Amino acid sequence: MESVIELENLTTGYKTISDLKTITSGINTSLLREELVCLIGPNGAGKSTLMRTISGEQKPIEGKVYLEGKNIHDLTPKYLAKKLSLVLTERVHAGMLTAYEVVALGRFPYTDWSGKLKESDHQIIQGAIAMVGANELADRTLPELSDGERQKIMIARAFAQEPEVMILDEVTAFLDLPRRVEIIKLLRKMANEGGKSILLSTHDMDLALRGADRIWLLPKGGAMQVGAPEDLVLNGAFQKAFATEGMHFDSQSGAFKIHSTYKTLSH
Amino acid sequence: MKNIASTLATPLSTSKSRFRLASHSRLFLFPILIAGTLVVFLLELGIGSVKIPVSGIITTLIGGQVAEAMWSTIILELRLPRTLAAIIGGAALGVAGLQLQTLFKNPLAGPWALGLTAGAQLGVAMVVTAAAVIGSSILEKFEFMSNLSIVAGAMLGCVLVLMIMVTVSKYVSTITMLIFGLMLGFLAQGLISVILHFTNQSQTKIYAGWNDGSFAGVYWEHFPILIPIAIVGLVGSWLMTKSLNAFLLGENYARSMGLSVKRTRLITLACAVLLAGPVTAYCGPILFLGLIIPHLARGLFSTSDHRILMPAVMLLGAIVAQAADLFVHLPWEKHFLHLNAVNALIGAPVVMWVILKNKKMRGFEI
Repeated sequence: MESVIELENLTTGYKTISDLKTITSGINTSLLREELVCLIGPNGAGKSTLMRTISGEQKPIEGKVYLEGKNIHDLTPKYLAKKLSLVLTERVHAGMLTAYEVVALGRFPYTDWSGKLKESDHQIIQGAIAMVGANELADRTLPELSDGERQKIMIARAFAQEPEVMILDEVTAFLDLPRRVEIIKLLRKMANEGGKSILLSTHDMDLALRGADRIWLLPKGGAMQVGAPEDLVLNGAFQKAFATEGMHFDSQSGAFKIHSTYKTLSH
Repeated sequence: MKNIASTLATPLSTSKSRFRLASHSRLFLFPILIAGTLVVFLLELGIGSVKIPVSGIITTLIGGQVAEAMWSTIILELRLPRTLAAIIGGAALGVAGLQLQTLFKNPLAGPWALGLTAGAQLGVAMVVTAAAVIGSSILEKFEFMSNLSIVAGAMLGCVLVLMIMVTVSKYVSTITMLIFGLMLGFLAQGLISVILHFTNQSQTKIYAGWNDGSFAGVYWEHFPILIPIAIVGLVGSWLMTKSLNAFLLGENYARSMGLSVKRTRLITLACAVLLAGPVTAYCGPILFLGLIIPHLARGLFSTSDHRILMPAVMLLGAIVAQAADLFVHLPWEKHFLHLNAVNALIGAPVVMWVILKNKKMRGFEI
C-alpha cells in the first residue's frame, strides 16, 4: 500500500548550542494510507518527542520525515495544516463556543481572512460531526460536555481539517474503558472508511493490540520495532519493551501479569 | 465513505439549521445596540447643568442657528468632544480588553488589570518631566508635536509593560499574573510620584488634572491624533478575529491549523497598545471598562465568536462609557462624581460575577 508518511533514518532529540540530547535514533518506517498505527512504549521512551517531530513541530537531529514525498520540515504551516491535523492531550477551554463552532475551526486553513464558512464547509463540518456520532452535541458548549464527548469533538475537528494524516497524542488518557473502546473504533472507521492515515500514541496496550492495524513499539533506549500486533506479541518484543520488576507481559493472554510475590508484598 | 454520508444525511440537515439559529439568534441585538448608542449620544449632549432639547442638539450638529447662542457653545466646545472621547475610549478599551483576555486566556485581563494603563501613565509622566528638563518651549511652539509626544510616551509605556507581562505569563498562572499586573501598576504609580517630585508645580498640575480618569479633558485638537490611531487599532483588531477564534483552542491547536502564533500575538498586542495608549494619554486611567465590556458582550450575545464579539464590544463600549460619563455629569447638587467611581459601581459587580461563574466551571473559560 501507498505510504503517506515516511521516516528516513530519523533521530529525534533536542539540540542546543552547547548540548545535544538524542532520544530515539535510526528510525526507518512508514505510515500507510487508510492505516491506524498505535505508537506505544514505556514512559520516557520518547513518544512525545517522536510525535512532535513527525508532525513537523520539532526539527529532527538527523534524518527526514517525508509527507507525500516532501520533507515535512520544509513545508509552510498553511500547506501542512491542509495535510496533517492534530488532537492533543491538553484539555480545551473554548469558552462559549459550541461543539459545532469548534469543529468548524477545522476549516481554518481553507476559509478567507474573515473565517466565513461556505455551504461546502458546512457539509464537511456536519460530515465530521456525524462521523464521530455527535449530532446531538452540536449545539452544546464545550464546558457542558464530558471528557469523552469533548475528545470526540476534537477528533471531529481534526477530521474536518480534511488532512491526509491525523496525529493523536494520548487522547484516551482521561477516559474510562467504554469511552476508550469507542474512540479506538471511531479512529479505525476514520482510517479504513474515511481514508485517513492515523497515528495514535497511547499508554493503553490492551486497546492498541486490539485496535491498531500496526504497532510502532518504542522501548526505552532501544530501536523502534514495527509490526502487526500479534507478531510483536509472539516474537517477545512486548515482553522486552515493558520488562519491569514485579510484572511481565503474558503473550498468551496479551495482558500484563503482576508477579505473585510482588502482589503479596504490596498487601 | 459514501454510505456513511448517505446514512447520516437526515439527522444532519436538522442539526445544521439548529446550529445556524444558535449562532445567529442574537444578531437582532445589533440594531438595538446601534439605536442605544444614538439615544445615549443624544442624552449625553442634552443633559447636564444646562438642559438642551433634542431639536436644539440636532440643529447645532447640522450647523444651524439655535434659539440660545450658549447652547451651541456648550455642545460644540464641551459636550461633543467629551462624548466623542467616551465613544472612542469605550470602544477602544473594550476591544483591547477582549484581545488581551483571549490572548492571555485570562477572563480578568484588561488594559488596567495587566498594568497597561499604569504603563501609559508612566510614559506620559516621563514625557512631561523630560519636557521640563529639556525645556518645553520647543514642544510648546508646535502644539501638535507636544500632543504627539504624550501619545508616543503613553504607547511606549504600554509596550514596556506588555513585554514584561508576556515574559511573566510564561512562568505564572492566570491569577498570579493579574496580581503581578496590579503590582506593576502600583510600582508605576510610585515611580510617577517620584518623577513628578522633580518637575515644577505648573506641570504637575497639568498631570494631576488627568491622573483621575475623565473624558472631559479631551479637546478638539486631540482628535487628529486620537481618531486615526484608534481607527488603525480597531481595523487591525477586526482583521485578527479569525486568528483570535483559533486561539480559543489554545496555541498548540492554533499552530496546527497553520496559524503563525508569533505573528498573531505581535499584531494583537500592537493593536492593544494602539487602542489603550492614546486613550490613556488623553483620558487618564479609565478603570474597569476594558475588562467588563467583553463579558457584557459575551453574556448578551451568548458566544465567544470574535466575529460577533468585535462589533458588539465596540457598540457596548460606546454605550457604557457614554452612560458612565453621563452619570458623572448629571446635575448633581452637592458632589462632584468621579468617572472611575461610576466605573467601579458597574465594574466591580461584573468582575465578581465573572469570578463566581468561572469557579463553578472549575477553571477559566473565556
